[in-house]
Amino acid sequence: MLPEARLLNRGIGPEPETLDPQLARTTQSHIALRDLFEGLVSYSAEGVLVAAAASRWKISADGLRYKFWLRPEGRWSNGETVVARDFVYSFRRLVDPETAAFYAETLNSVVNAAEITAGNKPPEALGVEATSRFELEITLREPTPYFLSLLAQAATYPVREATVVEFGEQFARAGKLVSNGAYRLAKWEIGLAITLIRNEQYWNNKNTAIDVVRHHVTVEPSVELFRYRAGELDVTSTIPSEAFARIRDERPAELRVSAFLGTYYYGLNLNYPPLGDNPELRQALSMAIDREALTASVTGRGEQPAYSWIPPGVQNYESPVLSYATLSTEKRNAAAKRLYTEAGYNEANPLQIQLRYNTSETHKNIALAIQAMWRHTLGFEAELINEEFRVLVTNMRAMKITQIFRSSWNGDYNDAYAFLAMFESDNPSNMFGYSNEDYDLQLKRAAKQTNPARRRLYLEEAERVLLADLPVIPIYYHVSKHLVSPSVRGWQDNVLDYHYSQHLSFD
Amino acid sequence: MQQRGALRFALTRLLSAIPTLFLIIVLAFMMMRAAPGGPFDEERAIPPETAANIERAYHLDESLPRQFRRYFGGLLRGDLGPSYRYPGYSVAELIGGAMRYSLQLGALAMLSALILGVGAGVLAAVRKRSLLDRMVTGLAMTGISIPIFVIAPLFLLVFAVYLGWLPASWGDSESGLRYVLPVIALALPQVAYVTRMTRASMIEVMNSDFIRTARAQGLSTFTIVRRHALRPAMVPLLSYMGPAVAAVLTGSVVVEQIFGIPGLGQLFVRSALNRDYTLVLGIVIFYATLVIVFNLLVDIAYGFLDPRIRRQ
Repeated sequence: MLPEARLLNRGIGPEPETLDPQLARTTQSHIALRDLFEGLVSYSAEGVLVAAAASRWKISADGLRYKFWLRPEGRWSNGETVVARDFVYSFRRLVDPETAAFYAETLNSVVNAAEITAGNKPPEALGVEATSRFELEITLREPTPYFLSLLAQAATYPVREATVVEFGEQFARAGKLVSNGAYRLAKWEIGLAITLIRNEQYWNNKNTAIDVVRHHVTVEPSVELFRYRAGELDVTSTIPSEAFARIRDERPAELRVSAFLGTYYYGLNLNYPPLGDNPELRQALSMAIDREALTASVTGRGEQPAYSWIPPGVQNYESPVLSYATLSTEKRNAAAKRLYTEAGYNEANPLQIQLRYNTSETHKNIALAIQAMWRHTLGFEAELINEEFRVLVTNMRAMKITQIFRSSWNGDYNDAYAFLAMFESDNPSNMFGYSNEDYDLQLKRAAKQTNPARRRLYLEEAERVLLADLPVIPIYYHVSKHLVSPSVRGWQDNVLDYHYSQHLSFD
Repeated sequence: MQQRGALRFALTRLLSAIPTLFLIIVLAFMMMRAAPGGPFDEERAIPPETAANIERAYHLDESLPRQFRRYFGGLLRGDLGPSYRYPGYSVAELIGGAMRYSLQLGALAMLSALILGVGAGVLAAVRKRSLLDRMVTGLAMTGISIPIFVIAPLFLLVFAVYLGWLPASWGDSESGLRYVLPVIALALPQVAYVTRMTRASMIEVMNSDFIRTARAQGLSTFTIVRRHALRPAMVPLLSYMGPAVAAVLTGSVVVEQIFGIPGLGQLFVRSALNRDYTLVLGIVIFYATLVIVFNLLVDIAYGFLDPRIRRQ
């Protein structure tokens, strides 16, 4: 490291668990991987899909065949050329049951992918083929309009076969890892920081401005803020809620708050009879929540009240909204009270219900506020139950003791389906006990549709069905929150909250 | 003769620690598995096929007794197993890496606590009920009552953010300055405890007959303290030191989190939340061993400080 090297210090949040693209599971690993690797396509600073390891591609009219032309100038950090076979190897590795990849399903729309992961076909059966040194063909089993964006995900980044074979599961460590992105791995100090150095071999290296990137592990947001204020960090991963108002007053120019593809919600377990048997009650519970008051005074970090399940900013999509989105608080509360009474509840016979949330000051405050809103408007006392994160997740999945539960959903890719799939009857993420034939049908139709305008109609219809049934109460849309030092240039807000270090520079 | 006795004593104690350690391992193993949620549970559910592949890869599909046998077999070969959270890293190297920081900080903190605490305690005891005594007692009381999570961020704010004299975190400086704040934060409550214990026990010793005899012989207070009073006064402190040293050496979660130190305390909490089974067990075993060893050292040290125990 040269002393005059341009060094960027980024807070990354909790420790990334691995730098193996196919095994990575968390947002934090993905942040570091975006600097290290490059998929066939990637995102610009503004969040627009752009050519990356592939310089161009062609999609067949039926939406089932993708052909990619790789850049002949693409290089691994050891100087070798990146070829189509590298992608074939990596895609097979992702779906191979031996790899046991968390995100194996990323390629599910590719021919035979699901069968391979289930152990019924060999990895070689995957519908991915290197037709020449730089040409790659992918065959899908159904048109998947968002397929390109999946090829910008960490799970589909290429790894170098020879390195994986030589070092086995240790290949992703410093001194061993070979990557094809703007940076290469210099040092990984567990619990401390991941240090990346400019990859001189990278095809677009001349446009990389920053020489060294340190991704610092910052578990506690309040401590991360200390480090930023002491000048040790140029970018933070988040902003602690208690400090938000002060930062907005003191450092407005450094504050970056932006819409983000995520919804904070209260899930309803429909296996619990009072919730499952009573659509009126579900609507009443949702109506009685004053989302404006909640986002203004409880969360207070720029979050937007949610009156639809899918957040704004999703490409080629317009959410239907809950009918009471525009009603005044008084009218909404009166309507909520009416539905609550119609569902058979009143002061003498109040609703008995439990609300579970996982340990966090924010979740607790929101739960307390909503409990008070329900008490005030509907007149019942929800029982609040605080559980540790993994305990709550286990309970949510089991669908036995949960009644109302807090959770969040973030879109992995910018498409409405990323938000709607979880409500399909047989989806493993369906923790609501929700099943509606009409809903499933709309999604099936959308899956077969190649015309984006018509597909969109099916998806919007599905969300309309969902909002009428309401197995989930959307509360607010997430925002991404960062502090970015005034000396950092090139930071662009985007709904994915992707900020590649290669797009940043200093004054 | 006496040395051989001490050696036999130490060996017997170490052997008797084996069943204790085994019990701790079994209990920790069972408690970890009884906790709901596994290492691979996230908000996003994965398809059952994928889940099955992951379970197979980590032997989580086997019965619990079988998993325990597999784990224990590894232990006997000195293998703490692979981490479930960090693919490609072994538990031993994760603990090794984190231990370095916790040991350094803990040893420095304990050493300063002993020097300052015993010094202040003796002074206060000798000048009992003087202004000095009141000041020391008052400060010690304050040190005990203010929790680390209040002191540490305050230090950070003043010395790192406002004054800029010291680094705010561990990661960004190679200088020794990064030790200053964490060591103070770790040592402060210990100094307070040691001071109070030393003072109390010193006052008791100074009132005993043999000290009165020494005084009658016309020895100075300094000589009395150094030659006669200090050693017996250390006995109660010693029983406190065993567990305290083990606790401080294995790291404080709070201090490590606030100063961003990648030590053992943080690793332990994180591994429990992540359900990184092998890592949790590894740290439990390490900590239990440390406690056993330090308690043994304390027992041996008693003999040197108090001749009556030696004779028994």
